[in-house]
Order: sequence, then structure tokens, then C-alpha cells
Amino acid sequence: MSRRPYIRPMSNTTWYLSNGRYRRYMLREVTCLLVGFYCFLAVWALAVLATGSPERWEGFLRSQQNAAMIAVHAVALIYYLIYMTFDWFKLAPKAMPVQLGERKVSDRSIILAHYVAWAALTAFVAWLAGVIP
Amino acid sequence: MELEVLRYDPEQDTEPHFQSYSVPCEDDWAILDALNHVKENIDTTLSYRWSCHMMVCGSCGMMVNGEPSLTCKTFIRDLPDHVRIEPLANLPIERDLVVVLDDPMEKMHRARPWIIRQDDPPPPDQEYTQSRAALYKFKQYTMCVNCMCCYAACPQYGLDQSFIGPAALALAHRYNLDSRDQGKSLRLDILADHDGVWDCSFVGACSEVCPKSVDPAAAIQQMKVDGAIEWWKQKLSGSKS
Repeated sequence: MSRRPYIRPMSNTTWYLSNGRYRRYMLREVTCLLVGFYCFLAVWALAVLATGSPERWEGFLRSQQNAAMIAVHAVALIYYLIYMTFDWFKLAPKAMPVQLGERKVSDRSIILAHYVAWAALTAFVAWLAGVIP
Repeated sequence: MELEVLRYDPEQDTEPHFQSYSVPCEDDWAILDALNHVKENIDTTLSYRWSCHMMVCGSCGMMVNGEPSLTCKTFIRDLPDHVRIEPLANLPIERDLVVVLDDPMEKMHRARPWIIRQDDPPPPDQEYTQSRAALYKFKQYTMCVNCMCCYAACPQYGLDQSFIGPAALALAHRYNLDSRDQGKSLRLDILADHDGVWDCSFVGACSEVCPKSVDPAAAIQQMKVDGAIEWWKQKLSGSKS
């Protein structure tokens, strides 16, 4: 009897289309494009600031105040909420399990602590930005 | 039930092909019972692995409608009338539903899955003691039955077989967390190597398919945290000297 194992190759380009679990993963990973977009925006803003010209800074701000840019920010916010905030908070108990004595702190409590910290940080940033008094 | 089974005879076939069997299933049967019915009554040439039929031996892992599953705990009543059975994905097919397990088994050995002590062993009439709290830190990871469903679910392993893989990493983590073990530094290579924990991009499929709820994805993320801490420790101690 001869051994001749058969190898089923996985496609490098279309593997993630094979099931819903992989497709959800790719939807999460595609957020890196939005990260790239915001990096570009930050570098652009810094470059304009570095010129020291108030007029050019005003011009940059005006360029951000149109319907298309606001739509991009809104889509990015929703996308991040679903695929980064909710997804990563859900995964947090896996990376950071907490055990007190013989008792494991429930996943729910760890996730809730993340949301509380998130809300507190958001409020702090909003206060810094002068959005809330 | 219509059972569509992937067949491959290395002595005759150039590639695998599907073969259908009509199986008169009972309501309380698992997929493994249906395969046993085929083997005993319809086609004695069908090859597959199984042993205990009680989720302990880990032998009967197969793809059931595309999902890596232990066929002894996958019940007919939970499935549609047409079921497709394939050998575990990402592993070479030896024959029919039997896969070659050499690679993941070698990788599990690389994890040094045994208690390593740096000091002298206790006298013969004594043993290493452990509190219940210390046991609970790693108990979940001892439930692994080496069924390799996690390897079949992991696209990272499917794309790059040099990745050490979920079960081997969960096993390494199990011993790293064991209060009786002193071998963590010896297992650092599977943390730091290119094909170690950092190859995992956290798809999480390994944990979702694990029939024993071992959660290898959690072990890997915790090992990444450990790896990052070790890296900083080495950096800081290096900068002092």
C-alpha cells in the first residue's frame, strides 16, 4: 500500500469568501483602511498647522465642513462602533481574564467595565474639547 | 438522510470526489452513527477514524456541512436532510475521511506539553501540591482532546502551515499557567518565533468550533500579552546594563 496524501490548497485571494465567520473577520480587518484615512487627515492637518498661516488653517477647516466629509465621518463612526468598539470589547475578557481567588470574574463584568471606562474617557475628551461644560 | 461523503483512494484516485449514501437514520443518532451504518451495511470500504463515541478520544473530527465538528456530538436532528461530510480542512487527506496529523502533532510536541522543573524533584513519597485557585487558572485548557478541529477552522494555518497553530499554543499556555511548572522560559520560542503567537490575527474561529470549549484564541491573546511584557522586560534590563 502506498501513501499519497492529497493536499487541498487554500486560495490566497478568496479564502475569506468561503464562510460567514471569515467574512465577518475581514469586515473587522478592513477598518485598517479607515485608520489609514484618519492618519492621512492628521498628517494633512499638521502640515497645514506647520505653515503657521491662519488663512490656510481656516481653509483646511472649511474643507472638512461639507456634506461628503460629514457623511464619511458618520459612516466611519458607525463602522468603528460595530467592528472595533463592540467587537473588541466583546473579545476583551479573552485577552484579560480576571480571577479572584477561586472565582473567575464574569466576561459580562469585564465587558461592562470597558464600556464604563469608554464613557468616562469620552466625557473627559468632550470636556477637554469644550463640548460639555 | 442523504449523506454526501468525500472519498479519496490514494491507490486509484487522482483527486477526491463525493459519493452519496441514503441512510435511514434514527432521531437520536449522531453523524458518527450514520457513518457506522454506511460502513456496516452499505460500503465497507469507507475509511474514517473514531474510537470512544463520547467526546473524549478526539478521533472523529470531520467537516460537517463545512463546519469542523466532532461527529459523535453532532446530531442528525440538528441538521438538514442533506449533509456533506469531508475530512478536516487544512490537513492532507490520507484516505477518505482520514487526515494526516503529523504536522499538528509535531507542533504540539514543540510546545513542551509537560511539567518542567528547574529544581530537584520532590521525594518519592511526596508530590507537587496545588491550590484549587491555581488549578482553575488553567483547567479550561486541559479539556483539549486533540481533535484538531481548531486547525481545520484556522485560516492562518490553512494559508501558512508554518504557523504553530491553536491547539499547540493553548497547550503551551496551559503549562505556562500551571503553578507546578517552571518551564515558561523554555517555551518562549513559540511566543517569539515568527510562526508563533504573532502569526495569529485573531479570527477566533478556533474557539468557535472547539467542541470542548477550550478557547485557544483566548490562550493565544494572553500569550501575546505575556510576550509583550517579556519583550519590555528584556529591553529594560538590556538598557540598564
